[in-house]
Amino acid sequence: MGSYLVRRFGLMLLTLFGISVIIFLMLRLAPGNIADILFDAAGFVDPAEKAKIMEDLGLDKPLPVQYAQWIGGLLQGDLGYSYVSDRPAIREILPRIPITAKVGGLALAFAVLIGVPLGVISAVRQNTRLDYFLRVVSLSGLSMPAFWLGLLVLMFFVSYFGTIPIYTDAPQSFLAALGMYSIPAAVVGFRSSALMTRLTRSSMLEVLRQDYIRTARSKGASENVVNYHHALKNAVLPVVTVIGIEAAFLMGGLIVTETVFNIPGVARFLVEAIRWRDYPIVQNLVMYIAIIVVFVNFTVDMLYAALDPRIKYSG
Amino acid sequence: MSSIEYRAELSKAGAHVAGRWSAVRFFARRYPLGAAGAVIMGLFLFAAFFAPLITVYDPLSTNSALSLARPSAAHWLGCDFMGRDVYSRIVYGARISLAVGCGSMSLGVSIGVVIGLLSGYLGGWIDLAAQRLIDILQSLPLLVMALLMAASLGPSLHNTIIAISIPLIPYSARVVRASTLSLREQPFVESAKAIGMSELRIALRHVLPNTLAPLIVLATAQFGSTILTEATLSFLGLGIPEPHPSWGRMLSESAAEYVRTAPWLVIFPGLAISFVVFGTNLLGDALRDILDPRQRS
Repeated sequence: MGSYLVRRFGLMLLTLFGISVIIFLMLRLAPGNIADILFDAAGFVDPAEKAKIMEDLGLDKPLPVQYAQWIGGLLQGDLGYSYVSDRPAIREILPRIPITAKVGGLALAFAVLIGVPLGVISAVRQNTRLDYFLRVVSLSGLSMPAFWLGLLVLMFFVSYFGTIPIYTDAPQSFLAALGMYSIPAAVVGFRSSALMTRLTRSSMLEVLRQDYIRTARSKGASENVVNYHHALKNAVLPVVTVIGIEAAFLMGGLIVTETVFNIPGVARFLVEAIRWRDYPIVQNLVMYIAIIVVFVNFTVDMLYAALDPRIKYSG
Repeated sequence: MSSIEYRAELSKAGAHVAGRWSAVRFFARRYPLGAAGAVIMGLFLFAAFFAPLITVYDPLSTNSALSLARPSAAHWLGCDFMGRDVYSRIVYGARISLAVGCGSMSLGVSIGVVIGLLSGYLGGWIDLAAQRLIDILQSLPLLVMALLMAASLGPSLHNTIIAISIPLIPYSARVVRASTLSLREQPFVESAKAIGMSELRIALRHVLPNTLAPLIVLATAQFGSTILTEATLSFLGLGIPEPHPSWGRMLSESAAEYVRTAPWLVIFPGLAISFVVFGTNLLGDALRDILDPRQRS
C-alpha cells in the first residue's frame, strides 16, 4: 500500500505538470493577447506604447521564462495580477469561491438526495412503468442544455411571479439568501441528479444479478431485506467513487448557470476571463480546477481500498 | 465475431426473425425507447439533409419589419431580432449540429482508437506515455477543456469541431485499450502470429473489429454530448460565430431579456437541442443493452 501510494502520488504530480504546460501553451497560442484587444478597442495603435504594455505584463519574455515565473509564483501563493482590473489575481478569485461553493454544495445535496433514491426505485422496479417513467425523466434531464433549463426557470418565475430572487451581496435574511442560491442550485442539481439516478440504477442492477443476492433470496430473505440490506450497500460504493465525474459534471453546469442567473461566482468569472484573455486569471483558475479534479480522483482511488475490502493495492 | 451479427444477436435474445422488417418490428417491441430514439434521429437527419425542401425562408435573410415578430401562420415559430425566420434557422441549424456532432465525434474517436490500440497492443513505454497523456486530458472537466481549446483556436466551425473533439479522446482510448489488452492474449491472435501475419495487420484486422461493440455504444453517447457542448460553447459566444444558425448561438444573444419579451426565441432552439440529444441518448441506451451482454437482463 505504501509504495503504491508514493507511486500514485508521483503520477499525480506528473499529470499536474502536464496539464500546467498544456494550459500555458493553449493560452499563448491563442490569436491576439490582451495588448491587441485593448488596442483594438481603443482604435489606435502606437507601437511604442503597445511594447510598453507588453513589457509591463511580462509578455515580451520568452515562453519558458513566463512559464517558470507563473509556476514559481503559484507555488508561493502569488498568482500575478489580473490584466483587466490590475488587482492581484488572488484577490479577484478568492472572494468569488464561496459564492460558487454555496451554489455547488446545494446542487450536490439536491443531486444526491433526489438522484440516489430514484435510481434505487428504478432498479428495484426494473422494466415497470415507473422504471420507464424515471428513465425518461432522467434521460431528458441529461439531454437539456443546462443554460436552457436555467432560462426556462427564469421564464417560469417571470411569468408567474413577475420576478425572480436576484443575486445581491448582502441578502436581507437567511430565507432570502436561501431563495437566491437554491433556484440556480436546483437547476444545476436537477441535471446532476439525473446522472446520479442513472449511475445508481445501473450499479444497483449489476449488484442485483450477483450470486449472493440469489443466495439471500433462496434463504428466504424478504424482497425489502434483499434490496435494501444486501444490495444497496454494495451498489452505493461505485456511486460514491464516481464523485469525481460528478464534480466535473457539476462544474460544467455551474459555468452556464451562473452566467444565466448573473451570479458573480468563480465559474462565470472563468468565462469572462477567457473572453478578455486575462491569462493570470484563466491559467490560475483552470489550474485550480485541474488540481481539484486530480486530487479528488486520487482520494477516491485511496478510498476504494478503504471502502471495499476486496481491493488491496500491492507493489 | 468479426462484425456485429444482428441476426445471431437477435436470436440469442429470443427473437426469431426472418427478414429485415421483422427485425425492425422486433427491435421496436423489445426496445420501445430505443425505437423512439431512432425515429427522432431519423427526423433530425431528414431536417439536416432536406433543409431547403422543408423551409420557405432563407435562414440568413434579415427583415427589419419582422423584428421579434410573434409566431404566425407565415412564420410558424416567429422571427428573431433581425427578422430572420426562427423555423428556417432551426431546420438549417440541424446541419451545424450534425456537422459538429459527426465531425468532433469521429475525430475524437479516431485519435482515441489509434492511441488506445497502440497503447494496449504494443504496451511498454508507449503504453506508459499514452496513459499519462490520457490522465492529463482527463484532469479537466469536458466543458472547461473545450472552453480553453475554443478560446485558444478562435470561433469558427472547424475550430469548434477540433475544440470539442480533444476532450473526447481519452474515453475511446480507454475503451479500446481495455479490450485490446484482453484480446491480445486470445488464441486467434496467437494463431495469426503463428502464420506470420504482421503486427499492424493483426491489430487492424483482428483486434480492432472486436473492439467495435463498446466503441459504437460510446460513440452514440458522445454524439449527444458533442451537440450539447457545441450549444454551450456557442451560447457563451465561444463556438459557432454569427450569422450561422447554430442552436446554441440562437439562444445566446440577450436570451435573458427575451425571456420577458420574446419567449419563442428561447423555447424553440432549446427544444430542438434537447429533442435531438434525447433521441441520441435513447438510441445509445438501447444499443448498449443490445451490444453489452453484461447489461442484459
